[in-house]
Amino acid sequence: MSTSDRNPIQRLRNMERSRIGLYVVLLFGIVFYLFPMETAVMTMFKTQQAFAQTVPFAPPSADGFTLAALQTAWNTLRPGLVNSMLMAIPATILSALLGSLTAYGLTTLDWRGQVGVVVLIIAGIFIPYQAVLVPLSQFWYQILPDLMNGFVNTVFGFYTDGNWVYPSRNGDVQLVQLSITHAAYGLPICTLLFRSYYKSISDEMIEAARLDGATAFSIYKNIILPLSLPMFAVTLIYQFTQVYNDLLFALVLVNEPAANVATQRLTALTGGVVQSFNTTMAGAIVAALPTLLVYVFFGEQFAKGVAE
Amino acid sequence: MREILNRLRKAGDTLRSATSREESGDRQVATDGGTETVVGDRRRDTLRDSLPVQWELIESAPFWLPPVLLAGFFVYGAIFWNVLLSMTDFQGLGEPNYGQLDLSMYATMLSDGAFWQATQNTIVLLVVFTILCLALGMLVAILIDQNIRFENTFRTIYLLPMSLSFVVTATMWAWVYNAKNGVFNQLLRLLNLEGVVVSLLKPETVNATVVQWLSWNTTALAAVIFALIWQFSGYAMVVFLAGLRAIPDEHYEAARVDGASTVRMYLRVIIPQLRASAVSASVVLMVFALKAFDFIYALRGSQPGANLDILATMMYRVAFSSLRWAYGSAIAIVLFVLALLVIGPYLYSEYKRGQL
Repeated sequence: MSTSDRNPIQRLRNMERSRIGLYVVLLFGIVFYLFPMETAVMTMFKTQQAFAQTVPFAPPSADGFTLAALQTAWNTLRPGLVNSMLMAIPATILSALLGSLTAYGLTTLDWRGQVGVVVLIIAGIFIPYQAVLVPLSQFWYQILPDLMNGFVNTVFGFYTDGNWVYPSRNGDVQLVQLSITHAAYGLPICTLLFRSYYKSISDEMIEAARLDGATAFSIYKNIILPLSLPMFAVTLIYQFTQVYNDLLFALVLVNEPAANVATQRLTALTGGVVQSFNTTMAGAIVAALPTLLVYVFFGEQFAKGVAE
Repeated sequence: MREILNRLRKAGDTLRSATSREESGDRQVATDGGTETVVGDRRRDTLRDSLPVQWELIESAPFWLPPVLLAGFFVYGAIFWNVLLSMTDFQGLGEPNYGQLDLSMYATMLSDGAFWQATQNTIVLLVVFTILCLALGMLVAILIDQNIRFENTFRTIYLLPMSLSFVVTATMWAWVYNAKNGVFNQLLRLLNLEGVVVSLLKPETVNATVVQWLSWNTTALAAVIFALIWQFSGYAMVVFLAGLRAIPDEHYEAARVDGASTVRMYLRVIIPQLRASAVSASVVLMVFALKAFDFIYALRGSQPGANLDILATMMYRVAFSSLRWAYGSAIAIVLFVLALLVIGPYLYSEYKRGQL
């Protein structure tokens, strides 16, 4: 490894003592990054009494151990977890696919003004979502229902008697709307991820395919798409955690309790008047589980998505 | 449709080869089988400039135009709409009156003490969080870069908080900061330091015996910043680590040969080369800070009281709890302008450097 050559501390073998110091600092880092989670895990297994008697980061005593808090949290959060999955998985796939197509159109084919479009897209990554929140709720709750009512009752008026109402109060519809919203706002970051990847693909292969008369779409399907599978893994994993973790859009777009997503249900669990921290901690762990699992199994890809 | 496009493209290709052979950079090259025409690079450029409509634009539009229109509607259309809404007096019921646009909502905002407090909190959060996060991230990255054992394990654990949602981390930290039984206060109690810390942080309170981390104005924002640093310093670490790995070994060697100490080597040679990483990391961190709504919203649920409003939470409260939609829109525009001030120069410099 070349890193060992350049490493100043490694090369000074008589300074092993400072290396011990290094490991102590790094272990302290582990304590720092893990203690809230460790406390949460310890707390969720404690009964109310044990909870008051032991320090937060200590494990429960033998008679202070319970699974009741976990049970309660699981029952409260389970519908939210299902809703989150139903909403996040299509949104993630859609934004990754659209991002890939957009990046292809903006990379492999070279035209003037392309960079302008790219700048506009990248700026979309950074906008604070508060700046679109009111129009967004106006769109989904007012404009779209009005449009749909008008359209359906005009075209199918003989069938609906002009009484059809767009089901904006329907939980499933709200979840679909939330999913589409996430797909749209995920598109910029997905495009950026795919674009930096496509820029590294050699032009020669594509040029050769074009000389053979391949259309832009068949080049995408036969060359680009197979090549971008690793990038799809990175994007899907990163984007899934982003969508799954969001609270803001869900708060504004989903007001049917049955359609509430996991983050919403967890806030409801924490916001209660009576606080039983063993239940809320169990809730935090349960709500974190999907992204934690993704992180444990695909940490490398997640880190790649983050670092881009 | 595809048929037509295909033909158009073929026609374009024929046109190119017919018109541009001579003035282009094509050369006749002798090979085993005789001569062959080698297509020069200049041909593409000259032809592209001479065509009235760029062929590549037409050909690539089906791929990027529909998604861009979708995102453009949701991003730029919505922002424009928000600007309009902020100039109405919309209260959330019925239709906004777009016929009468004025800036009265901004006047209301500027004379609102809560707005200025939220702005101050936002800027403090933005600056302090970003600087400390960068510093910690850089330090950890340098430590991890010392060719240590179990590097992957350390890296994985340090980045782990980043995979959690704001709501989850807020829930955990609400417990950590809990006044009665929280981790911090229990630790202080074990060390017998609780009274000292109380008198240090809040000397004017006579009866206080426990530190109310999230309810005191002196500590609430600092507590939020600390938790956010916990969540995102791993991100800064990953970015700096990539930057460190890109520095050639010779720079370390050269500093060594010159007899620089390790600390001096990092301060004088290595860290200055991490500027690009620092800039890109700080832009993303500031955007996270501007968006810290979820965190404060979830933290608030359990511990009301202290002044923790940032512009993001104030906007939500005003628009969706108090149903003053137009006012909320006006605050959102301020937030948007703040974000522009952060990313505008960054995007411009990236554009100038040809990185986009």
